[in-house]
Amino acid sequence: MKAFLAFLKKEFYHIWRDPRSLLILIGMPMVQVILFGFAITNEIVDAKIAILDNSKDEVTQEISNKILSSKYFKLFEYLTDKNQIEKSFKKGKIKIAIIFENDFSQKLNRNENPQVQIIADATDPNTATTLINYVSSIVFDYQSKYLKNKSGGLNVVSKMEYNPGLKGVYLFVPGIITVILMLISAMMTSISIAREKEKGTMEILLVSPIKPLMVIVGKVVPYISLALVNAVTILLLGVFVFGLPIRGSLPVLMLEIIIFIITALGLGIFISTKVETQQNALLVSLMGLLLPTIILSGFIYPIESLPEILQYISHIIPAKWFLIILRDIMIKGTEFRFIIKETLILFGMMTFFLIISIKNYKIRLE
Amino acid sequence: MRTILYILQKEFIQISRNRLMMGVLFIMPFFQLILLGYAASFEVKNLNIHIVDPDKSSFSSDLISKFSASSYFNVKNLTNSHKLAMEDLEKGKVDLIMEIPKDFEKDFINGEKTNIYLSIDAVNGVKAGLANAYAGMIIKDFNTDIFAKYTGRKISLPIGITWSNWYNKHMVYSTFMVPGILVLLVTMIAVFLTAINIVREKEIGTIEQLNVTPIKKSQFIIGKLFPFLLIAFFELSIGLIIAKLVFNLHYEGSLILVYSFTFVYLFAVLGIGLFISTLSNTQQQAMFIAYFIFVIFILMSGLFTPIESMPVWAQKITWFNPIKYFIEFMRMVLLKGSTFADVKNHFIIIAIYGVILNTLAVWNYRKVSG
Repeated sequence: MKAFLAFLKKEFYHIWRDPRSLLILIGMPMVQVILFGFAITNEIVDAKIAILDNSKDEVTQEISNKILSSKYFKLFEYLTDKNQIEKSFKKGKIKIAIIFENDFSQKLNRNENPQVQIIADATDPNTATTLINYVSSIVFDYQSKYLKNKSGGLNVVSKMEYNPGLKGVYLFVPGIITVILMLISAMMTSISIAREKEKGTMEILLVSPIKPLMVIVGKVVPYISLALVNAVTILLLGVFVFGLPIRGSLPVLMLEIIIFIITALGLGIFISTKVETQQNALLVSLMGLLLPTIILSGFIYPIESLPEILQYISHIIPAKWFLIILRDIMIKGTEFRFIIKETLILFGMMTFFLIISIKNYKIRLE
Repeated sequence: MRTILYILQKEFIQISRNRLMMGVLFIMPFFQLILLGYAASFEVKNLNIHIVDPDKSSFSSDLISKFSASSYFNVKNLTNSHKLAMEDLEKGKVDLIMEIPKDFEKDFINGEKTNIYLSIDAVNGVKAGLANAYAGMIIKDFNTDIFAKYTGRKISLPIGITWSNWYNKHMVYSTFMVPGILVLLVTMIAVFLTAINIVREKEIGTIEQLNVTPIKKSQFIIGKLFPFLLIAFFELSIGLIIAKLVFNLHYEGSLILVYSFTFVYLFAVLGIGLFISTLSNTQQQAMFIAYFIFVIFILMSGLFTPIESMPVWAQKITWFNPIKYFIEFMRMVLLKGSTFADVKNHFIIIAIYGVILNTLAVWNYRKVSG
């Protein structure tokens, strides 16, 4: 036991004595959360708009004012000619252009159905869809006053459940926790074990009185602590700086986090049994773990948007299940009984990776 | 001049003998573009919806059939209980709920304003925003239809609204993402590989040997940077070909313009790589610093979320982000066919950026190992 403690101490020294890396490991997640939290929102505001008003009468002006006074749009310029639209788009300045027909109000009074034409820069399809919807809603609202006497209209009342401001933080904080835990637990462990191999010090550890299994445990414990520190820091930041709720039970949340950390560590140990150098460990964990975790877990892209093959592959990514659990507990406050299936899957993965990594761990050198 | 050629020769031999690196260099463009191009999609289709319909009138069933006919929605459940619907939403079985009020048809005919309630799972803001937009459009459409039915007129609404989507008619998401991914590819090669390559000489100790040869600092730096400049151009070309063949991207603008801007841009980002290498002593440190900077640059680049949506202070930070300019440039030139006059400022800014960074890096470099 004493030998093990001494060994553990050595491992902690390894981490402490490279303050630059430590700073990045602890600082990076914080900077990411802060940036995501403050800067990244999915709500579109102040989209630049150009207006080509061919009639300049009170109706078109009223509609224009209504559009410009909404928080979604910001006037970039009034155009005078159709040819200017293309130019304005090409300069990359405007997202949307609106064209009012000639003699708009006269036509409206004569019931001739005057046209409002909306042109959107669809290089970004989602922004285009959203902006078109905003403009047409405003125009629709405006004209409902002409209909008042004829019959009732429909009114859409939307409520954004769980995340009224469409804040990016709600989505990204659980995602960042997942990626950081993966990064630290799997990547750092595999690199740290590979380093002992590369430098030849693994040999020394294996002939020492410490049991081989304890060597691995000793390697892993510092990273578990680091991962936990990070998880808690991110959670605290999320809660106190961004008002992110933790609606579900905190103990369950911590339990799930620990299960995920151990799963990731199992993966890290498994990688380290397969590679010989740090650089290879880095490449394998980057390509094999980090990229799939970012792309296939639903962290940034919704899983339903993935091509079907990738959706199937996503089932074997532990991060996907962990992320579902995290979001359910934190944001929706789902009770434990609703996430038993996901927890069991994650637990199964943990057991599987631990067993194969211990099986593959060689106590003899070739 | 001959000295530079020798250094270049050394560098190229070193790179070509590292099989792992060669593998990564060849596979990465395919891997990144194809995987990210398909996966990096915010395209939202098949949203699961739970419709609560206590009215059960012909009006409400018309509205429901409009939803089931749409390719955006998938009517998963149809009940008249608000509680069941909320349970579905909480369990994540559905993405949104639409509630049609009781007496929907009656109120409508009586000329009273009726509310339709949407409750959307907004954990993912992009998805929620689009779900709201799509549902809104369908309901508006329905509204127009029943006006027509009810008033018996052909033109149902006084003002007509038409819209068109320019530059990406079929609203393909990969068209939007692929130019941005090309930028990531080129930047990653230039920053990561340059930084690690120089630090390796430090870590292994061979930099001492280079320092005592007659090679000048400037020659050494050019010798180190030039190979990666070529490799980055190579990656860009492969990427452009893949984009064309796999994603059917139609290049609106001039490719010569793209290549000349890439040259200026690489000058700037190779400077970043060089600068990182002067800051670190081991490859692992260089990796960390490069990764850190890279993540911030990507987040603030407008690749995933529009820059206009950021708060003003954050928008100001993006002025110092070279990736932002390159992504903007690529989208403008490749997708919209912007010309040199439209992107003149991008050239000037990146050139200034490059001069400042390289001066800084070279200056810092001398101090460290000189």
